[in-house]
Amino acid sequence: MTTMTATTTQVYQLFIRATPEAIWEAITNPDFTEQYFHGVRAEFKDGRRFSTTQGGVSWDEPIIEQEPPRRLVHEWVSYYDPEMAAEEPSRVTWEIEPRDDGMCLLTLVHDQLEGAPKTAESVSGTGWMFVLSGLKTLVETGKPLA
Amino acid sequence: MNDDDAVFKALADPTRRHLLDRLFERDGRTLTELESDLAMTRFGVMKHLRVLEEAGLVVRRKSGRESLHFLNPVPIRLIHDRWIDKYREHRVSALANLKTKLEETA
Repeated sequence: MTTMTATTTQVYQLFIRATPEAIWEAITNPDFTEQYFHGVRAEFKDGRRFSTTQGGVSWDEPIIEQEPPRRLVHEWVSYYDPEMAAEEPSRVTWEIEPRDDGMCLLTLVHDQLEGAPKTAESVSGTGWMFVLSGLKTLVETGKPLA
Repeated sequence: MNDDDAVFKALADPTRRHLLDRLFERDGRTLTELESDLAMTRFGVMKHLRVLEEAGLVVRRKSGRESLHFLNPVPIRLIHDRWIDKYREHRVSALANLKTKLEETA
């Protein structure tokens, strides 16, 4: 069996039965993010994304682009881990695309990971998958996944 | 056709599984790269990629002038959780172990 080397561009896509506004809210409101994002409260204000873990570690990253409720691009540094915190910033893009059937297609692209191999490894596999399935469950059922 | 049907149908073809394996080894490839080791016309490979895209297994994104194909791991994960994890019970693994044991000693 071949093992996957974590790539410098990672794409995740899933359908969510919700409005674009509800999904946008789940991504940008800290009361929601702490329910699926490993307990991290993420707040978007003054052009920056402020994160605080349950353990009280906080950091912030610049927002590169925002177009509610369709598109959000921000920098990413895994400040929650001392080793990964020293890596170069990468980029996370959220795209919310409504469809005719009441579902939205959520695409998450984590790229520019060339200078962040440990982060690339850490977010691949179940990393983003865990966060995204938690987000989907929360938005669709109103309850957190675990 | 529901989402699961589309994924199973997409996986039920050796060429399409081969394409997924190629993207698993290295993600973000062009059509030209993907068709390079297949004895098939460009059009044939495109048709297979379209089935994979419709099942959500492959996502195509523009990067400058190129169109790159990425593996989307989410649908396979969902199939795994729904159809594979569920049947991985003791009974089944006991039988599988027995089969391995018997074949080893045979």
